[in-house]
Amino acid sequence: MSVRDLMTPSEITWCPGCGNFGILTAVRRALVELGLSREEVVAVTGIGCHGKFTNYINVNGIHVIHGRVLPVATAIKLANEDLTVIGFAGDGDAFNIGIGHFPHAARRNPDITYVIHDNLIYGLTTGQASATTTKGHVTKTSPRGLFEDAVNPIVQALAGGASFVARGFVGEPGQLTSILKEAISFPGFALVDILQPCVAWNRVNTYDFYRERAYKLEEESHDASDLMAAYERAMEWGDRIPIGVFYRKERPVYRENFPVLKEGPMARRSLEGIDISRLLEEFR
Amino acid sequence: MKRKRISVLVGGEAGQGITRSGSLLAKALMRAGLNVFGVNDYPSVIRGSHNFYQLRASNGEVNSQGDEVDLVLALNKETILLHEAELAKGGGVVHDEGISFGEGELKRDDVALYPVPLRGIVEEIGGTPIMMNTVALGAASALIGLDPEIMKGVIADTFSGRFAIIEANSRAIQMGHDHIKGHSKVYQFDIEYSPEERDRIMPTGNDAVALGAIQAGCRFYAAYPMTPASPVLHYLIANDTEAGMIVVQSESEIAAATSIVGASFAGLRAMTATSGGGFCLMTEALGLAAMTENPMVVMLGQRPGPSTGMATYTSQGDLLFALHASQGEFPRVVLAPGDVDECFYLTMEAFNLAETFQIPAIILTDKYLIESHKSTEPFDPGRVGIDRGALIEKEEWEGPEEYRRFQITESGVSPRAVPGTRGVVVLANSNEHLERGYTTIDPGAVKAMVDKWFRKAEGLRRRVEGMSPLRIYGDEEPEITLVGWGSTKGPALDALSLLREEGVRARFVQVVYMEPFPGRELGTLLDSGGSLLLLETNRTAQLGRLIRLNCGVEFDHVHLRYDGRPFTPGEIWLKALEVLGR
Repeated sequence: MSVRDLMTPSEITWCPGCGNFGILTAVRRALVELGLSREEVVAVTGIGCHGKFTNYINVNGIHVIHGRVLPVATAIKLANEDLTVIGFAGDGDAFNIGIGHFPHAARRNPDITYVIHDNLIYGLTTGQASATTTKGHVTKTSPRGLFEDAVNPIVQALAGGASFVARGFVGEPGQLTSILKEAISFPGFALVDILQPCVAWNRVNTYDFYRERAYKLEEESHDASDLMAAYERAMEWGDRIPIGVFYRKERPVYRENFPVLKEGPMARRSLEGIDISRLLEEFR
Repeated sequence: MKRKRISVLVGGEAGQGITRSGSLLAKALMRAGLNVFGVNDYPSVIRGSHNFYQLRASNGEVNSQGDEVDLVLALNKETILLHEAELAKGGGVVHDEGISFGEGELKRDDVALYPVPLRGIVEEIGGTPIMMNTVALGAASALIGLDPEIMKGVIADTFSGRFAIIEANSRAIQMGHDHIKGHSKVYQFDIEYSPEERDRIMPTGNDAVALGAIQAGCRFYAAYPMTPASPVLHYLIANDTEAGMIVVQSESEIAAATSIVGASFAGLRAMTATSGGGFCLMTEALGLAAMTENPMVVMLGQRPGPSTGMATYTSQGDLLFALHASQGEFPRVVLAPGDVDECFYLTMEAFNLAETFQIPAIILTDKYLIESHKSTEPFDPGRVGIDRGALIEKEEWEGPEEYRRFQITESGVSPRAVPGTRGVVVLANSNEHLERGYTTIDPGAVKAMVDKWFRKAEGLRRRVEGMSPLRIYGDEEPEITLVGWGSTKGPALDALSLLREEGVRARFVQVVYMEPFPGRELGTLLDSGGSLLLLETNRTAQLGRLIRLNCGVEFDHVHLRYDGRPFTPGEIWLKALEVLGR
C-alpha cells in the first residue's frame, strides 16, 4: 500500500494552511510505513473540522456524532481485535462534550489510538472557546478574555491511567509520523494530542507560536517510563512546550478481561447452533 | 371442596428478602403444577420502607396478580395494616407471634390470624433474621397444602452448592410448616394441584428479553444501570461465557448506545436496555444508527416520568417518545411485548428486523412486565429463526464493481459489508452521504438517499403485516372490545375471563407493533368491535392518539391509570360493565 492508495476522490474543504493537512499526511505515512492494509484499519471521527478526515483517507471509517468517538472505537476493537482502530477527535469533541468518556477509555485500556486535532479553538462552528483554549484568550464566546482554565489533555490522560501519552506538533512532521507509528503499534490505549494551528480562528497559537516554544522530549533525556517525570513535563506550558512521548507503560489490554474473546475475534463468529437449554434450567 | 386458585402476598421491609421469598413460593407452586404470576412492589431504597410481592397461582390460566389476596405472609406489622383491606373474605394472615394488635387496630373480623414464632424458630436454628421469610414460607406451605419438600427443592436449587444455607433454610421451612400443622386442623387454603408433570419455566420479562437476545445471537450488550432494566445487564454479565456475548457496563447511556452502533458497524448483533431517562440520552445514538444504517436493538423498560419520576413503578408513558425519539425522519421498528413469551420471541424478531432493514428497533416494555414472574412453556428456540438480511458474511468482496456501503437499491436495503472484509473499504457517515459514504449536500444525491431509506420503510411495513402486529383474544362477535398494549395484556385477559363469567361477550385487541402501525387492520377490527374501551397506564392515552391518527377512530370510553401501579383485572371488569350499562 502506498500513500496514493490512501487518497479518496472527496474534495478537501479545509482552509489553506490548516494543520489538518499535516495530520492527514502524517497518518497516511504512518499507516504505509507500518505496512497496514486499508481493509484492516478503521478510522472513527467525531464532529468538527477533523471529522472530515474519514472522507479523505481511504480506510474503513465511521464518522460519528459529537464527542462519541471513544465508545464507538472501543466497541469496534472489542468486536474485532484484528482491526487497527484509530479514533480522531477535535479538542472540543474530546475535552468539552466528550470528556466524560476519556478517563473510562484510559482506565479500560482498549488497544486503540486516540488522535486529538488540538487547535485550541472551535473551528467549524466559527471560533468559540474550547476546553483547551488558553485562559485570557479573546474568542467569540469569551469577548472579555476566557476566564476558565484550560484542560490539559496530557495531565488528563496520565491521571486517567492511559498507558501511552504523547504530544505532537504538525510543524514537526517527522517526529509526528514516528509518534503516530509508535502509538498505533502500542498495545493499549494511546493518546496523541497534536498541536495544530487553526489559521481561520486562532491567531494566538500559530505555527510561529509553537516553533518558538516547542522542544522535543527525546532530546532532553526524558524518561517516559517515569510517571512523575511525565506529570512534571505535562505541566509545562509557557515559554517551553514539550512535544514527544511523555509516558509509556504496557499493561493488560481491555479485551483480555472478556473470557469470551479468548477464542479470537467475535466478529464473523457463526450464529448457528445457539442453545439456551442449559440457561433455561434455573427458571424451572 | 378444593379451591382452583390462590393469591398470596408476602410483605415486609426492604432488606427482608421479600421478592426473593415471594418468587420462591411462586416457583414451588409452579412445580406443584399450577400456573403462576408474581409481581413485586418496592420503593427505591435498599433498607427499610414497605415492600411486597403478590402472586397468584391457579390450575387454570393466570395472567396477572389478580385483585384480592387470600393469604398474607407478614414479616412486619405494617404489612398487615396496609394490606388488610385487600384480603378476600375468610383470608388469612401469617405473622410473627410477637406482633400484637390494639383495640380496634384491625378493621376486619373475618380473617384468620396465624401467629407463628417466625423469629423464635430462626433463633432456635441459629439463622440470620432474614430467614424469617423462609419460616413464613414453611407456614404458608402447610396452609395451602403444598408439600414442603417441593419448597425445599426450590431452596436447594436456588442456593445450589451453598450447603449451610440450604440446610438452615430447609429446617426453617419444615419448622414453619410443622408449627401450623401442630396448631391447625385443616389446610385452610387447600388447592387442587395438578399432578401431571409439566415442563415449565418462570422467568421475568427481563429474563425473557435477555434469553431472547442470546437466542438471537446478540454478541454485544452494553448498558448503564437503570431500574427496571438493570436485571438484563446483571443476567447477561453473569452468563456472558455461556451466552457467547461481550457484556459491558458503560459509563453512561450515551456510551452504551453509541458503543452498540460501533459493535454493529463491526458486524455484531448488539443491544442495550434502559428506562426512559437513559433512553433520553440514547436518542442521539438512535439517529446515528439510522443515518449510518447500522442495526441497533434497544429495550426501553418504562417507568413513570418525567425526570426521575418513580423509579420502581410502572408506566406506559413513553410510547410516543419511542416513536419520535431523535431528530429527523427515518424508519424504525417499535414493538411492545405483553407477556414473558412475547418478550422472548419479539426480542428475536427485533434483531431480525433491525438487521434485515439496517434500522433501530425498540422493544417497548415496562416495569410491571419485565420485573414480574410468569410461568410458561420453555421457550422454543426454533420458532423465530435468525435472518441477517443483506449482511455479507463472506470474507472477501466478490462484487464486479467497487463496494458501496450505501448502494442505491430497489428495496432500499444495501449489501452490508463489515470492516475487515478483503477488497472492501466500509465507510459509514453521520453526515448525509453518497453511496460510497462520502459526505454530500448535493440535492439530487440527498433526495435519492432519503428515498432509499423510505423504500426500506415500505419493505418493513410489508414484513410486519405478516407478523401478527395485532393479537385478538376473546369473543368473535363482541359487545365490547378492550384495546390495549404491552403489560396491559395480562390484566385484560384475566378481565375477559371475569366478563365471560358474567355472560358478557368481550374481546381484547392487543397492539403489538407500534411502528409500522397496523392501522388498516385495526380500523376494521374496531368498526365491528361493539363498545370500545381503551386501557393504558398513562395520562394522555397515547395509543388512543396513534389510533386516531392512523384509523380515525375516537374512543368514547377510556380507562387510564397513572399512579405507577398496574391494572388489576377487577378494575377493568368493573369499567367494562359500566360502559355496557350493567
